[in-house]
Amino acid sequence: MLTIATGNRAVADAVKAAKPGVIAAYPITPQTEIVEQIAEYVTGGNLESRYIPVESEHSAMAACIGASVGGVRTFTATSSHGLLYMHEMVHWAAGARLPIVMANVNRALGPGWNTWAEHTDAFSQRDTGWLQVFVGTVQEAYDATLMAFKIAEDERVLLPVMVNLDGFTLSHITQSLDTMEIGDFLPPFHLPHAIDTENPLGYGPMTGPADYFRFRWDIERSMRDSRGVITEVEREFAERFGRSYGPTEDYRCEDADVVVVAMGTLGKEAEVAIDRLRDEGIRAGSMRLRWFRPFPDLDLAGREVVVIDRDYSFGFGGVVAHSIKSKTGVEPYSVIAGLGGQEVTYNDIADFVRNRHPGEEMWFGVSDHV
Amino acid sequence: MSAIPKEEYLYKCTSACAGCSSSLCLRYVLKAAGPDSVLVVPACCTSVIQGIYPATAMNVPVYNVAFAASAACASGMSEAFAAAGKETNVIVYAGDGGTVDIGIQALSGAFERGTNFLYICYDNEAYGNTGMQRSGATPLGARTTTTPGGKPTTKKDLDRIIEAHNPPYMATACSAYPLDLYKKVKKALSIEGPKFIHILAPCPPGWRYPTEKTVEMGKLAVKTGTWILYEREFGKLSISGPSKAAMKRPAPLEDYIRGQGRFKNLSPETLDLMRQQVQQNIQRLSREEAGVC
Repeated sequence: MLTIATGNRAVADAVKAAKPGVIAAYPITPQTEIVEQIAEYVTGGNLESRYIPVESEHSAMAACIGASVGGVRTFTATSSHGLLYMHEMVHWAAGARLPIVMANVNRALGPGWNTWAEHTDAFSQRDTGWLQVFVGTVQEAYDATLMAFKIAEDERVLLPVMVNLDGFTLSHITQSLDTMEIGDFLPPFHLPHAIDTENPLGYGPMTGPADYFRFRWDIERSMRDSRGVITEVEREFAERFGRSYGPTEDYRCEDADVVVVAMGTLGKEAEVAIDRLRDEGIRAGSMRLRWFRPFPDLDLAGREVVVIDRDYSFGFGGVVAHSIKSKTGVEPYSVIAGLGGQEVTYNDIADFVRNRHPGEEMWFGVSDHV
Repeated sequence: MSAIPKEEYLYKCTSACAGCSSSLCLRYVLKAAGPDSVLVVPACCTSVIQGIYPATAMNVPVYNVAFAASAACASGMSEAFAAAGKETNVIVYAGDGGTVDIGIQALSGAFERGTNFLYICYDNEAYGNTGMQRSGATPLGARTTTTPGGKPTTKKDLDRIIEAHNPPYMATACSAYPLDLYKKVKKALSIEGPKFIHILAPCPPGWRYPTEKTVEMGKLAVKTGTWILYEREFGKLSISGPSKAAMKRPAPLEDYIRGQGRFKNLSPETLDLMRQQVQQNIQRLSREEAGVC
C-alpha cells in the first residue's frame, strides 16, 4: 500500500509487519514517534505484542535480552544518549547471541544539548558485535528494518542488528512509502538457545580465558558469515518485493575518476551533487555506505575518494575516512561535515569534490585543510 | 519440614564459602519454586557459587545478567513467557548491592509496571563477592573494607521503598528460618504480579564470625529484633511467628553484635543509636499490626 510517511513511521510500520512478541519502549527525541506509533498499534489491537514501557534505555535493552532469550522476537528503538546509556547491555546482547533488532535515530551527543543528526552515537557502539546498517530514505528505513529481523535471526548470524536513520533529516521528513503484506518472508521466531526449563542450562556464567576467547571468535566468525546472509536476504527481498539493496548504493560510479563516500541522508544528497559535477564535465560518482558492520569490501582502486564523515574520533580522525583508508589503502580527502545537524547542501558537497586535497582533512565551515 | 520436597535444584559442591547462608537459602527457594522456574542473577555471590562454564551447580536455567539489569531482564523474560503462554516462574536472586544500590532503578521500574515475577534480595549487608565493601544495605557502625572506621550512616530501608510500590506480596525472611522462607516463596509464587522477598543472609567472612555460627547469627538477628520477619499481602502486615515473641521481649542487642568482627570497637554512642533503631522498628511494625497508626 502506497502512503506518505516519515522515517520514524516507516520503522514502526515495519515492526508492525514483523510482529515481535515483546517490544521495550523508552522515548527520546528524535526517536519518540517510533515508540508512540507502536503504542498506538498495540493499544488499538493492530499489533499483538507485549509492550514494556521501561524506565530507562539500560532497562530497554535488558528487557529485550530477557525477552529474546525467553524465546520471542524483540524490538526496541533509541537515539544518542539513550544508546550510550544502554551501552553495557548493547555489548551483552551481542555476547549473548540474541537477534534483537533496534532502530537508532542518529543524533549528536551532549554537551551542549543537540537533538540533530550525527553518526557518532552509532559509531561509539561499533565494537559491540552488532550489525549496523545506515539508511537513506523512508522506504529504505522500512525495508531495512524488515530485513534486519531476518538477518539477525538467521542461525548463521544470531547477532543483533541496529538500523540507523538520521535524526530529523530522515526521522521527521515525509516521503512515499510502500508497505506490503510480507507473507512468510519472516519465518516464525526460533532461537536455538532459548530458555527451556526441560533442559536447564547456565547462561553467561563465570567463563575461563580459553572458552571466553572461543566465544569471541564465534562472534567474529558469525560476523564474517553475515556478509553472505545479508546478500541472500537482500536478494530474496528484491525478488519478492522488487527493491534491491547492497552493501553500498553506488551512483554513477562506473566510469568515475572521483567518488564521494557518505552515509545516511548525506549519501543521498551527494547524488544531486554528482549530477551537478557531471554537468561541469567532472567524472564523479557517489557511494553511499549502507553496512558499517560488517564493513564491506569496497572497490575504490585507481580513483580519488572524498569521504564525508558525520562523526569524529577525537585525536584520530573521521571514522569512515580512516576505515576506508585502512581497508582499501586509498588516501581519501577527509571532510568532517554535518556534526550536530550542520546543514550540508549538494552545492557544498560539489565544492568538496571541486576543492579536494587527497590525504588531507577539512572541517567544513570551521577549518581549512589540515 | 516434611512438606519440603526432597528434589534438589542446587547441587552440592558449589563454589560457596564455608558457612554461606545465601546458598542455603537458594536451596530452599528452588525447592519451593520447583523445576518450571528460571533464575535471573546479576553480578553477586551467586554468580560465583553456581560454578564455572561449562559446569553449573543449578538444575534450573540460570540467566546471568549485568549488575544493574536483573529486574528489567526479568521483565522482558516474564513478558516473553506470557506471550508464549508459559507459566514459568521468573525469579531474580540478587545480592544487596545489586538491589539497593545499582539495581534499584530497574527494580523500581519493574514493580511500578506490575511485572509478574518474584524478586529476592539476599542481603549480607555489603558487596561480598568483591571482598566486603560497604553497600547501601550495610548497617550503621559496621566495618567493611571501604568503611574501615565503621559505616557512619544507617542501612537503607529497602522494604519501605518496595512497600511504596504497593506490591501484592512482600516479605522478609532469614536464612536461620528455612521453613518460614520456603512457605513465603510458595505463597509469593501463587500470586500474580510483582513479589518481593528480602532475606537476611549472614556471611561468615564478611561479618567475621566462625562458619559454624551461621545459623546462630541469623537467629540472634531475629531474637534481638534487629531483623523482623513479616509478610505484607496486598498491603496488610502480619508479623511472622519467630518475630512475634522477639518483638515482645527482644534479646539484648549485644548478643547479636558481640560475636561479629565487623562491629568490633563500636562506640557507646553508635551502640545506643543502634538500640534506638531496633526499638523504633519494633514499635512501628507492632503499632501497624495492631492497627494503631
